[in-house]
Amino acid sequence: MMILNNKELDLEINYFDKKNETLDREYLEKLQLTKLVKTVDQALKIEFYKKRLNGIGIKSGRDIKSFEDFKKIPFTSKDELRSSYPKGFLSVDMDDVIRLHTSSGTTGVPTVIYHTRNDIENWAFLTARCMMAAGATKKDIFQNMTGYGLFTGGLGMHYGAEKIGMTVIPAGSGNTKRQIQMMKDFKTTVVHATPSYMLHIYDIIVEEGINLSELSLKRAFLGAEPYGEQTRKKLEDLLKIDVYNSYGLSEMNGPGVSFECIYKNGMHTWEDFFILEIIDPVTGKVLEDGKQGEIVFTTLDREATPILRYRTKDLTHVYKGRCECGRVHRRISRITGRTDDMLIINGANVFPSQIEEVIMKYPEVGTNYQIFLTNKGALDKLTVKVEIYSKMFKGEISELDSLKKRIADHIKSAIIVNPTVELHEPGSLPVSEGKAKRVIDERSKL
Amino acid sequence: MAKELNVFIDNKPGRLKAITGLLKEKKINLRALTIQVREDFGLIKTIVDKPNEAYMTISDKGFACALKEILAILIDDSPGGLDDILDIFAENNININDSYAFIIDSGNKAVYCVEVVDIEKVKALLEKNGFKLLDDQDLYGL
Repeated sequence: MMILNNKELDLEINYFDKKNETLDREYLEKLQLTKLVKTVDQALKIEFYKKRLNGIGIKSGRDIKSFEDFKKIPFTSKDELRSSYPKGFLSVDMDDVIRLHTSSGTTGVPTVIYHTRNDIENWAFLTARCMMAAGATKKDIFQNMTGYGLFTGGLGMHYGAEKIGMTVIPAGSGNTKRQIQMMKDFKTTVVHATPSYMLHIYDIIVEEGINLSELSLKRAFLGAEPYGEQTRKKLEDLLKIDVYNSYGLSEMNGPGVSFECIYKNGMHTWEDFFILEIIDPVTGKVLEDGKQGEIVFTTLDREATPILRYRTKDLTHVYKGRCECGRVHRRISRITGRTDDMLIINGANVFPSQIEEVIMKYPEVGTNYQIFLTNKGALDKLTVKVEIYSKMFKGEISELDSLKKRIADHIKSAIIVNPTVELHEPGSLPVSEGKAKRVIDERSKL
Repeated sequence: MAKELNVFIDNKPGRLKAITGLLKEKKINLRALTIQVREDFGLIKTIVDKPNEAYMTISDKGFACALKEILAILIDDSPGGLDDILDIFAENNININDSYAFIIDSGNKAVYCVEVVDIEKVKALLEKNGFKLLDDQDLYGL
């Protein structure tokens, strides 16, 4: 049995595409290989891939006969996508392109993804699968509160929602009071937003004195920025809704790549449309299920911009075993960090997310933390600063001493590096919203 | 038994003042204050005349604080006053986790505050030996 926060208990498992969502594994893998042949042929039309694949003896898609062959293909990086801006990764005639999306380009040259009619159709198909897996049906009123335009969140979910037959309100982001008014007037049942915007919506609901019973909200699909299980619980409790996790990236269309089903236990990744690999970000070795590493995706159906073995820089792990919902598509955990965040401390590779994971297990400390790195000669020193959580404070020095020791031991067992743990006053460390600076590296170069 | 108000503060300049400032605002009087210090933080222990109000005021400001019951023993402010009590502790093999003392009437009366593991047991033991343990009323009415 499962527990939902829904006003109506809705235990029905819905599929948008039952046949392909519940294939058997063996068939799915065969299907991937078949699609891979087509994808590689498509990629060979791109100068970048032609050079690269010919270089390792791949002249046609038929040269990929097994996953072993596939694994010989070098990874594609974001920088490589960027370097051929604007048209380098276009593999069809521009006449056949019906839309393009670009990344924001805030960190440099943007990446461009072109879409044919089929690409857009497939994308809509996948977001439809996602939302239906999370319980949405044609009876729902869907208010899409993410940006429309180059940002893929708005249009990606919009087309999928229409495919399901929901009533779509293309609200876009911003204008919170009007958003809430629309929720009231049109009895919105499902929303799509970023977690931080959803928290903001709640604040405004309270500020405006609106009673939750005036709304008909049942579920929210939240993505586009990382958030923790605590934020999910908080939003579910405050708004009396079910919150489902969504993961996607513009290079793989946008939303519609990985999504939670009603069991909220990991995000199903549509493996008939993407090959999912988890690799060791340092060695590039493909890791088995359960191991944390970097997600690597290969598109399997994209015509206009096929991408082979794309390094997302996002860290996660694949869940072992099959989900109760019956879908064969493997699940990934919420994104726990970025490979860019990796620190090398006394020779050990450490991700801040590993430290965070430990801290979150201690109710005696808050969710804010800071990682300080200093060095003395060749030796690095790791200091982890955490905040005391007021509600759990008992006023005992011995408990504080033991808490510090337990957290330090726990971190050491997780990352092998011995940390100094410091306790600080509640609210004294920078807040977690947005891009708070978690890591302060004051090590001088040798 | 008496109430001790414990507050967690960062070990850096101005933090103790942040607490005394709040007490001043609410006209709360301090009877005693001690700090257990670590490299990163300090634990302030205070006896104040309005412990509940002080607790509310300080916790409302987001500080981690707690009210704790402690033993406040009335002793003579004369040579050997403390030693008489510690005799009992030593004889009964009672370990002291933390303690401090303050004078309330010079040359006459003082208070010895002590933290032990089994507070009820030690309280009974002290009372059996004729010591007066101060409760809130006694302490703040001094």
